[in-house]
Amino acid sequence: MKRVYLDYSSTTPVDERVVEAMMPYFTEKYGNPTSFYSFGQEAKQAVEEARAKVAELINASPEEIIFTSGGTEACNLAIKGFALKNKKRGKHIVVSKIEHFAVLEACRWLAERGFEVSYLDVDEYGFVEPGTLEQAIREDTILAIVNHANNEIGTIEPIKELAEVAQDRGVAFFSDACISNGSVEIDVEELGVDLLAMSAHKMYGPKGVGALYVAKGTRLEALLHGGGQERKLRSGTENVPGIVGFGRAAEIAKKEMRSEAERLMKLRDELIREVLKIPRTRLNGHPEKRLPGNANFAFAFIEGEGLILELDFEGISASTGSACSSPTLEPSHVLTAIGLSHAEAHGSLRVTLGRFSTREDVKRLLEVLPRVVKRLREISPFKESFEDYVEGTEWKGGEHHHV
Amino acid sequence: MYSKILIDHFRNPRNMGRMENPDGVGKVGNPACGDVMYIYIKVGKNDKGEEIIEDIKFETFGCAAAIGTSSMVTELAKGKTLEEAAKISKDDVAEAVGGLPPIKMHCSLLASDGLKAAIEDYRKKKAGKGDAAEG
Repeated sequence: MKRVYLDYSSTTPVDERVVEAMMPYFTEKYGNPTSFYSFGQEAKQAVEEARAKVAELINASPEEIIFTSGGTEACNLAIKGFALKNKKRGKHIVVSKIEHFAVLEACRWLAERGFEVSYLDVDEYGFVEPGTLEQAIREDTILAIVNHANNEIGTIEPIKELAEVAQDRGVAFFSDACISNGSVEIDVEELGVDLLAMSAHKMYGPKGVGALYVAKGTRLEALLHGGGQERKLRSGTENVPGIVGFGRAAEIAKKEMRSEAERLMKLRDELIREVLKIPRTRLNGHPEKRLPGNANFAFAFIEGEGLILELDFEGISASTGSACSSPTLEPSHVLTAIGLSHAEAHGSLRVTLGRFSTREDVKRLLEVLPRVVKRLREISPFKESFEDYVEGTEWKGGEHHHV
Repeated sequence: MYSKILIDHFRNPRNMGRMENPDGVGKVGNPACGDVMYIYIKVGKNDKGEEIIEDIKFETFGCAAAIGTSSMVTELAKGKTLEEAAKISKDDVAEAVGGLPPIKMHCSLLASDGLKAAIEDYRKKKAGKGDAAEG
C-alpha cells in the first residue's frame, strides 16, 4: 500500500538537496569550527554561510542568528534567557494561550521561580487581538509572546500589530515561528519582533537543529555554558552538518516559497471544501489567514484517536488534538481556547500538506475519510447532540477517572 | 501499541448499536473526558431459572481502546448469569483484549463499569424504583 503522509506540521522529510549539502560535513569536512587549522576553518566557513542563508530568509543580519539544537531550545533560550537577563526591569510575562508546549512550559518554569505569567485569550479563529495584549501589559511586563502561526489550526497572527503594541510600552516581543518559517514570508524588520524561533525539521531540513533570531540590542542570559560558541549564548560544538542542512533548506525555501504556497493553498482549499461536505463537521481556524498547507477539522460525536488509527490502516498519516492520543489525556489547549468544548475537541483532525504532497494524496484522503467518520459515528451513542438521550437511567458520568 | 485482538474488536465491533426497549442501560463516562459508553441489556432466564444476559449491545464514543473493550465486554457477558456478569472486572476485560497500554487501562474499567451499571439499572427498575431515577 502506498503511504500518504499528511502531517507536515509534525515533521517534514529532508529534501534530497539538503541531504546532499550535508553529506560532506559528516565524512570529509568534519573539523571543529573552533579549531584554527584548515579543517576547523572550512567547517566554520560552512556554519557562517548557513547563518547568512537562515538570516536572509527572515531579513535579519547573520550576527542576529543563534543556532540551537532545535525549536524547543530556541524557545527556551528566548524566554528563559530574556527573563533571567532582564528580571531587574520586571518579572511579568504575557503569553497567548495557544502556544506550543516549548513556550508554555518555559513560561511555567519561570512562574515557579518568582515570575508572573498572564495568558492572553484568543478569538474563535485563534487570533490574539492587539487590544487584548495592550490590556495585559503592566508596568512590570518585560516580555510578550505570541506564535507567528499556530501549529494546530494554522492561524497566522497579526504579529506586526502585536509587536507594535509591545514596543510602544517598552516590552520585548518574542514570536515562535517554527511552524511557519519557510512556508510563509517572514521579515523580522517589518514585523518588529525582538526574538523569533525557528526549526529546521519543519522546513525540509534535518531534526536536531534550530535557530533563534536575536535582534541587535536584545540581551539574553545563556542557558548552556561551556566553550562560548554562538556569541557565548549557546555553548557546545556546532552541529555542523545540521546547520549546513538548515542553511540549504532556508535557501531553497527562499526561492520556492511563493509558488509552493500558491500550490498548497489550492490543494488545501479543495480539501477543506470537500471535507466540509461531511455532515456535522467544522473547520477550526480562519478560512484564509492560515498556513498554506494546514487544514483542521472537528467531526462531532467521534473521537480522534480512532480516526487516526483508521486512517493509518489505510496508509494515511495525520494527527488529532484528541485527549486519547496525548500522553496527558487532555484535549488540545488550542482547540479549547478557540471555544470548542472538550467533547468537540476530541473529534479533531489536523491535515497538513507540504512540498511532496500531491493532488493524489488529497484524493486518497477524501476517498477514505467520509467512510471512516461514518463508521465511527455508527458506533457512537451520540447522533444529534452530546445530550443524553436515554431517559430514566442514571448517568454515571462522574465516576470515571483517568488513571 | 494495541494488540491484534483489540484492533480486531475496534475494526469489527461485536454487538454494536442501539437496543430497542432494553431491560437495563448502563451509561458511564463523560463526553468531556473523551469516553462515553452505553451498554444495553435484555435479561432472560436459563434452564435453572437464573437470570441471564440474553442480549447485549453497546454504543461508544471514545478511542480505539474504549471501542475495543466495549465490544469485548459484551462478548464476555453474553449468556452469563447476571451474577457472573457483574463479577467481570477491568482486569478480565484487559486480559481478554490481550492487554492494554498502561495509559489506556481506564478504558477497561469503563467497560466493566458500564456492564455493572446496566445490571444495576435492570435490578433497580425491577425493584420498582426505576421511575425515581433522574432522566
